[in-house]
Amino acid sequence: MPQDYKSTPLEPRHKITVKFTLQINSSPYQSNAGRTACEFIIAAVAGGHQVLQVFFYHDGIYHALKYATPPDDEFSQIQQWQVLAKEYQIDLAVCISAAQRRGLLCSDEAWRQGKQDNDLADGFRIAGLGQLLAATQEADRFIVWG
Amino acid sequence: MKKYLFVLRKPAHSGAFAQEMLDIILTTAAFDQHVSLLLLDDGVFQLKSGQQPEHCGYKDTAAIFNALELYDVTEIYVEAESLAERGMLAGNLFLPVQVLNRREISGFMQGFEVVFSG
Repeated sequence: MPQDYKSTPLEPRHKITVKFTLQINSSPYQSNAGRTACEFIIAAVAGGHQVLQVFFYHDGIYHALKYATPPDDEFSQIQQWQVLAKEYQIDLAVCISAAQRRGLLCSDEAWRQGKQDNDLADGFRIAGLGQLLAATQEADRFIVWG
Repeated sequence: MKKYLFVLRKPAHSGAFAQEMLDIILTTAAFDQHVSLLLLDDGVFQLKSGQQPEHCGYKDTAAIFNALELYDVTEIYVEAESLAERGMLAGNLFLPVQVLNRREISGFMQGFEVVFSG
């Protein structure tokens, strides 16, 4: 991977397409893991590679909070994920057990728990660890951030 | 089937981190994958004998480690320097482990297809 990918042409530079699965373990305001991962995704796709899944685990689930409302003049990590998910059809999977522990529930889950809530931002989905495992099986490379 | 290595570097009861790593380890083992663990730095405390986590309101992760054998997870490696720097011996741990030296670690990791860092 070239250091300065922005100066390289957008045509695939490699004949081999590498499939990546990524994991994010820290919250958006705890580290720059999310931003680095997003930059990586942009570079990987520009290089002709494929990102199968981004799995949010541990405090990484806070990336998927629907009602995160940073001030207008600040960077919004959630928006960046949503743009990437839409542009590149990337699967943004949030671990159900890590999310429930921390109070992030999609409406279905909230209903099952007898609660009223709907915290999952658009573009993300709730998933289990089995789906992370399947994604690591399919991927050529697995990278953990945070 | 792939070879998975879980690198545990945090102490036993640092929030839910160690417990959530064990969840992935158990899931991976339940999917019949080849699972090994490597304990580095403060991660060696996860296997320290005589933990009493109930005093600080945490789950007893030692019980989960002890159950790993049922899932055929028996390859547990510990870095010698991490133990020594913390005044510990392999005998202070509640599971049998294989001890590696720091200079062997990077070569050891290359034998795995998926490395989870935690």
